[in-house]
Amino acid sequence: MPILEVKNVVGGYGGVPILNGVNISIEQSDIGVIVGPNGAGKSTTLKAIFGLLKVTSGNVLFEGREIANALPDKLVPMGLSFVPQEKNVFTSLTVEENLEMGGFIRRDDISGTLNEIYDMFPVLKEKRRQQAGELSGGQRQMVAMGRALMSKPRLLMLDEPSAGLSPRYVLEIFEHIVAVNKAGVAILMVEQNARQALAFASRGFVLAQGQNRFTGTGPELIADPEVAKSFLGG
Amino acid sequence: MDQFIFFLNKVMVPGLVTGSVYALGAIGVTLIFGILRFAHFAHGDMMTMGSYFAWVMATALAAMGIVLPIPLGFVVLPVSMALTAVVALGLDWAFYAPLRRRGAKPVTLLIASIGVTLMIQGLVRLIFGSSTRDFFVGNEEKVIYRIDLSALGGTRPLVISQPQIMMWIVTAIVVLALHYFLTRSRLGKGMRAMADNPDLAQVSGINTQLVVVVTWIIAGALACLAGTMLALDVNLRPDLAFNIILPIFAAAIVGGLGNTYGAIAGGMLIGFAEALAVFNWTAVLRPFETYLPNGWTFPNTLSLVPPEYKLTVAFVILVITLLNRPTGIFKGAST
Repeated sequence: MPILEVKNVVGGYGGVPILNGVNISIEQSDIGVIVGPNGAGKSTTLKAIFGLLKVTSGNVLFEGREIANALPDKLVPMGLSFVPQEKNVFTSLTVEENLEMGGFIRRDDISGTLNEIYDMFPVLKEKRRQQAGELSGGQRQMVAMGRALMSKPRLLMLDEPSAGLSPRYVLEIFEHIVAVNKAGVAILMVEQNARQALAFASRGFVLAQGQNRFTGTGPELIADPEVAKSFLGG
Repeated sequence: MDQFIFFLNKVMVPGLVTGSVYALGAIGVTLIFGILRFAHFAHGDMMTMGSYFAWVMATALAAMGIVLPIPLGFVVLPVSMALTAVVALGLDWAFYAPLRRRGAKPVTLLIASIGVTLMIQGLVRLIFGSSTRDFFVGNEEKVIYRIDLSALGGTRPLVISQPQIMMWIVTAIVVLALHYFLTRSRLGKGMRAMADNPDLAQVSGINTQLVVVVTWIIAGALACLAGTMLALDVNLRPDLAFNIILPIFAAAIVGGLGNTYGAIAGGMLIGFAEALAVFNWTAVLRPFETYLPNGWTFPNTLSLVPPEYKLTVAFVILVITLLNRPTGIFKGAST
């Protein structure tokens, strides 16, 4: 059974729908990558899954359970986690407090998970008493990912994790995403660096105008001449 | 030396008193702004209402013939603070929460809170009348300490009342407790997180409803505390705290809206600045009169601002702060 299934989802912020029938299906072991031109509804898809905008028809199933229009405070305890593209850290809180907020819903001891995050991002341990607002863009992205992992999710969704990062950090963040996936967390992410992200994607979804245009494994999509021509810049 | 004692009595003592009241009021204003994103204009009247609760209870205790070494107004504080917190939650449930659910703009909530202001003031006048009340009823007397400073070469005593001393102690305890709550407890950190970035707080699964409830409880309890301490220092009137709501807002803004420590600093700053501004410098400068040219004297009153214009001090500080640091002394929210 797929961990996440999005079936013919239509939705938007009220008024004209932005999503006109999106289909996504990923397994626990998958890294799913959504690519497509600006305004295709990539970020909107993630927000719709996470209950941040209204789904007017279609189904969103997480581990077989309907979660369309459920709010984040229900979804996070179920095992979903989301890293927004912008404003994804609490700038006035310390790095450690940011991570603690990711584990807010947990009533058990979070120190073990905290140490795992510090092992994954040693630089965050060094800076754990600093305000997250003082960090560089790449380090903030690590805080944001760490925060989202603190709730021990089974599905991690990331909205353009590489946006605004220098090439060195882009590679580093992608490596961390693959490592998280190897540890057993399903990934669904939106990426502008389409070619680079599809290269390690086990599931790729090309969206245009709020609909699926192509679906396949990442390498398949890269190899498809039509996808390459229309969506990957030749 | 006498000049120094005069200075202590006229600036330090009242500055610390006003500052404490402003600070406690401003903490509530700044927390509500941080979490709910609107200027809660009715905060002053929550203070007045809370002090009337305390007054009723203290009067009841006094009527039972109870006399304690500390003012009864302080003894009943835990109960009256709890009661005010409950009423604050009720106000939110009845007036603000329905507006929030409809996605009302902050300015709509502000205007609703002005309505709540008028309502509370009307109710207080309806129930308690518009006369001035004294917290010290029956056999109770306001204890005033006159500390002899002759050892330091002064001929006049340092005058401090018992409520003033207790007010400083209680304020210090409350500020420390709040600090530990905000920096050590899970819920306190959640409050700061929500003030920092409400969308991300929601995405993290933080229970935003619970944070709102806790915010009103803290703001209500502190409002009652501030109002009661003010009433113990002066007198209880239906417009007790309405008159100081503007300096309280100024304190919260000067400190940086949404920043709790800023509210404390802003409150103290404005409290002391007011005391300094209306201070009569002639008394201190009198000994230097001999140095003036023959026949020159200091005028009888020499203060920066006449006492009736005390309120302007807060706004002068506000304007200067905003010109130099638009988000307040401590960095606060800009909207």
